[in-house]
Amino acid sequence: MLFRTLKKKDLPRLYDRLSDGNRIVGPTVKGAEKDGKAIYAFEEISDFNNIHLDYTSTKIPAKKFFMPFRETMASFRMKGKEWDKMVSFNMNSPLVFFGMHACDVNALNKLDKVLLGSHYPMPYYAAKRKNMFIVGIDCIPQPYCFCRSMGSDTALHGFDMFLTDLGDHYFVEILSDTAYNFLRQITNEEPAESDHARYMKVAAEKNRKFTAHVDTTDLTKILDMEFQADVWKKWGDQCLSCGTCANVCPTCYCYGVDESVGLDLSRAQKTKLLYSCNLIDFAEVAGGHNFRPESHTRLKYRYYHKHRGFVEAFEESLCVGCGRCGESCLAGITVPEVIASVRGEES
Amino acid sequence: MGNQIKFTDVMAGRQWRYFRKDDLGAFENTYTAEITAVHKLTAVENLFRIQIVNPEDRKNFTFQPGQFVILELPGIGEAPFSVSSSASRHGDLELCIRRVGSLTNYLFRLERGTHVGIRGPFGTSFPMEQMHGENILLIAGGLGLAPLRAPIAYVQENRNLFNNVDIIYGTKEPSQLLFTYQYDMWRADDVNLHIIVEKGDPSWKGPVGMTTRILEDIFTHRNSEYFRKTYAIVCGPPVMFKFVCNKLNERDIPMQKMFVSLERRMHCGMGKCCRCNVGSTYTCLKGPVFDYWSVMNLKEAI
Repeated sequence: MLFRTLKKKDLPRLYDRLSDGNRIVGPTVKGAEKDGKAIYAFEEISDFNNIHLDYTSTKIPAKKFFMPFRETMASFRMKGKEWDKMVSFNMNSPLVFFGMHACDVNALNKLDKVLLGSHYPMPYYAAKRKNMFIVGIDCIPQPYCFCRSMGSDTALHGFDMFLTDLGDHYFVEILSDTAYNFLRQITNEEPAESDHARYMKVAAEKNRKFTAHVDTTDLTKILDMEFQADVWKKWGDQCLSCGTCANVCPTCYCYGVDESVGLDLSRAQKTKLLYSCNLIDFAEVAGGHNFRPESHTRLKYRYYHKHRGFVEAFEESLCVGCGRCGESCLAGITVPEVIASVRGEES
Repeated sequence: MGNQIKFTDVMAGRQWRYFRKDDLGAFENTYTAEITAVHKLTAVENLFRIQIVNPEDRKNFTFQPGQFVILELPGIGEAPFSVSSSASRHGDLELCIRRVGSLTNYLFRLERGTHVGIRGPFGTSFPMEQMHGENILLIAGGLGLAPLRAPIAYVQENRNLFNNVDIIYGTKEPSQLLFTYQYDMWRADDVNLHIIVEKGDPSWKGPVGMTTRILEDIFTHRNSEYFRKTYAIVCGPPVMFKFVCNKLNERDIPMQKMFVSLERRMHCGMGKCCRCNVGSTYTCLKGPVFDYWSVMNLKEAI
């Protein structure tokens, strides 16, 4: 890994270089909460001044750009008893993500494992993932962030360059040749010994700011042991089965496939819709049998997949600890509370 | 535009046509297939003969008994079905389908000659080669005979490789019996066929009861040597698995020598959509065929 430093006043120049010929996505202000706090969202940006690099976290993760909530998988042209199928992965130009936090980069790394790294790699995701240029940026832990418990508070890979705020300049980690060539076009320096010390101090200060924690010790076994525990029913009674948690989760990837016929009956479409395992018909089969009819069995399953099933397959959990689900949950259910209660701890 | 990042075409230099698990082109690869014949089996079940149109693809299409395919009706939807035909017939498939949902209701209205899509084959299979030289119990309940018909065909075609072969098949009523026209042929191939119904009708002369009753009957005539060298394949409703597999376990048939096929509603068949998740894994990747030991270790499997 290469390290450089970049003066803060030169960051707009990096943006200018990147936006010269490429689409840019960055954190921007979408509105305000009742208490006046800004609501952030990843959007396509056309002006550097609209990027808010000091953002807390976005309500909706960046996945809408590489895993759209609704995506056409294929279209058909019908010809009597026959048809032709046309497939498109819906990606035709690279996308620059300017200002992505470590948790969201780690979310991509986790998605890579299941969507690219195992059997049947998914081309719809691959086409977008292989055309991303990511500028990561450090963050200030919020009261709901438990990424440090999940080991997702720093990103080791999965980005092109990563910026850490050291006061009047950024400490820059460079991972890709493309990033190196962009950086070369603007003034940057070799980090001094004092920059290393400053970086470590900033990191240590950040670590002290975490207030939310999840104890993941033996969690896979505990989820097996406590599978029949009453505590799940308590959370299930509270859960509205609305699927918001999956909607705002940067790692939730499950989906349903829907086909529809055009009005003139000569065309048809196959559409992929992101889904949620909390929705009532998630595990329903033809004939109407539902393998998870009660809300607590679905909520439990969501935790079981993220912290047990995914660990079995990939040696890590499918949660980056961004806390979005807890923040957005209409019933106020948060991951740290659920896991603490399953562990038998008072919350 | 001097700084344009190079666009990566993920399909550059890759093949669409051939099906390999790790090819990006495999994901949305659909074989165009034609419904060549529709056999009416019962009031609600038909056997559809579906042939991959391209002769080369048809020949190259291989599957193992127990695997499933995803049938696509463009504009209507997709659904997974176990292949009911012999694996030696390659891409000339037979799917035994019950009319139960919107997709199958539409399928039942299609005529011979209509084109449909086939994706797959997906999932695990019954390890037939492991069973060579052993006895086999093929146990089916209701529509469970559909996935069982592929291993039955394997046994018929390789009858010399197996010792005692029993098919135990139970349905609710005689009118629901599937593949009645094949029973004589199975018997002729030295397969013991035992059929039982839960409720008989005036013309029914066979036994009445549950499949476990047949098991009890035939087990009284088998010695411990038989059970030491016996495999079982069980297909049917989940409730049946427990009763049948416990009965087999009483005779010390190891759980790893019993195989079941689970049913879930897959949307992708490739471990991506999560709709068929069972316990900590996917039915489409680690299943649908599981040995009973694995089933016991999967939460909510049966």
